[in-house]
Amino acid sequence: MIEGIGASHGIAIGHAYVRVKNHSKEATVAKTDDAEGEIQKFRHAVNRSIDEVESLIRKSRMTMTDEERDILEMQVEMLSDPQLHADVVALINNENSTAQAAVSTVCDQLIVLLGELDSDYLRGRASDVRACSEQIIRNIRGESLSLTDIPAGSVLVADDITPLEALSLDLTNVSGIVTRFGGRTSHTAILARARNIPAVVGCGDGLSIILQGEMLIADGSEGHVCARPSDETMQAFVMRRRAFDQERKELLSQTTGVAKTIDGREVRLQANISGPQDMSDALALGATGVGLFRTELLFMSHGNFPTEDEQFGYYRKVVEEANGHPVTIRTLDIGGDKPLPYFDLPREENPFLGYRAIRISLREPDRFLEQLRAILRASAYGKVRIMFPMIVGLQELRQCKSLLHEARHQLLSQGVAFDAQMPVGVMIETPAAAIMADRLAREVEFFSIGTNDLCQYTLAVDRGNKIVTSLYEPLHPSMLRLIGNIIDQAALHKIDVSVCGELAGDPRATLLLIGMGLGSFSMSASSIPVVKRAIIQGTHMRALQIASDVLDMNDTDQINEYLTEEALNRNI
Amino acid sequence: MILKEYTVTSTDGIHARPATKLVKLAREYRSVISLKKGDKQVRLNSMLNVLTAGIKGGDTITIIVEGEDEEAASAAIDQFLAEELKNH
Repeated sequence: MIEGIGASHGIAIGHAYVRVKNHSKEATVAKTDDAEGEIQKFRHAVNRSIDEVESLIRKSRMTMTDEERDILEMQVEMLSDPQLHADVVALINNENSTAQAAVSTVCDQLIVLLGELDSDYLRGRASDVRACSEQIIRNIRGESLSLTDIPAGSVLVADDITPLEALSLDLTNVSGIVTRFGGRTSHTAILARARNIPAVVGCGDGLSIILQGEMLIADGSEGHVCARPSDETMQAFVMRRRAFDQERKELLSQTTGVAKTIDGREVRLQANISGPQDMSDALALGATGVGLFRTELLFMSHGNFPTEDEQFGYYRKVVEEANGHPVTIRTLDIGGDKPLPYFDLPREENPFLGYRAIRISLREPDRFLEQLRAILRASAYGKVRIMFPMIVGLQELRQCKSLLHEARHQLLSQGVAFDAQMPVGVMIETPAAAIMADRLAREVEFFSIGTNDLCQYTLAVDRGNKIVTSLYEPLHPSMLRLIGNIIDQAALHKIDVSVCGELAGDPRATLLLIGMGLGSFSMSASSIPVVKRAIIQGTHMRALQIASDVLDMNDTDQINEYLTEEALNRNI
Repeated sequence: MILKEYTVTSTDGIHARPATKLVKLAREYRSVISLKKGDKQVRLNSMLNVLTAGIKGGDTITIIVEGEDEEAASAAIDQFLAEELKNH
């Protein structure tokens, strides 16, 4: 039995596919008499490598997580690092090294240097340098990136899998991954988890006993690798694999429907959209409705205020494409950082504390009535909910509701159809509204917590201001208290509550929010799969524990650390 | 020549992403900018240089700026380290 680090749960049983690296020892001492040519080769290989990574970033823009993109962008930076280039060129010039030998020597020195450092994080970067080195060398040799001849069901055994490989290779034939290097946070681990491939990493030199094609068991849950297993061991692992796969299948079958924790807590996941063009993506990624339909884009893309009919057509299209799922339409939220080219907003000292959103709508009642009528008319075509932004208290809410009432009467008198039961809600995005949640809850059907503005106003931090942007912390204890109060008040008054800010799309915060009582999330569609994953792999029990632990904490660093560790432990 | 000392406060030292930002900032100036930790001094034009300096929380680093625009460069780096990394 070879001991490694269990980096992605599950059990893989299959024939070993040992990937041997080509650059042998001789290559590192190889000499040349054409230094200029070797330097050209090196530069060409670097450019080619950067192209590979950048084109992968472009190609996978839609499906890649932010984390994956960060990894790749860092690799581009490393490939173009001036120190690396200077060292390689110097070695070629001074020692007559070949390009491949120089790259290998320089990178190996860096790997040793990083490996000796007194920090887990920095030691982990050694694998980035190794990836960089392998990629350049492959391109110097003119080889393409491929694992095409790998037989189905193989367990891939390699020194490491680079991010570029993991994201661009067709791993359908790979049933498990076993690597010599890496840890639980290495890229191999992250990517194996994302693809549900069992992985054991950091096995060290123990792997050298594995022969090409022999039977191998990789237990990604426990971190064991077993080569040439006995019949008895084999049988035990086949049983365990069956149990695990069955369990996972049950979990994954839920991704098309409602997101549910292992212990049966259902959570609704919806999308934030800006128009009908976003609907197909949202539905394809598993959204069960629209938690936030921002109407600004419609207004910004017109040369003048869109007419009631134009608005109606736009809203109706979204509602019809939602396939019967609810659509929450937010009334116009301009001002602050969102100007309208044809609408003359005054220049303000503090636009975020100034004339914006509902404040504008209430001062322009005729325009507001147009939008209210258009939304009401769209409500005849599906499940529509209406929501008002930037509310600070009851007075504004009542003004909005009275205008909505007026709009209903206007439509009634014209004999135009609308949904008379259309739910009315407010965005809770000011501390005032969060504090007044108990009162507001009596007069609306739902709350939607806008964490971006709520954070900015609560912590008095303009997130667009570079000097203070590091103080912008959506998981600040004060934020969690406010969010907790909003959720509690909504529950007390039996109204619906969801979070529609960026916090909703952060998988680290998912269980925390569920533990605080949240049952509904709305986020950009691309975040839905990863949040759903966090839900179906978690339990409500654990969520409650997380919430109780985190709400006891006093500083954001501690909270962030706890949630990151928790996410790692739960394999997300 | 301007020398300024900083104490790194974040527990993990300077990560790759901020290191990249710092290097990009340093490249905007004509001055030669170096980072010194203990007796090790590296040019601040390379993320790998920053990573291999092995900076961790609590370390004291010195930023050395020399050149025609050294005042502006030093001020910019000062601001970056203080604000982005909360180091002083």
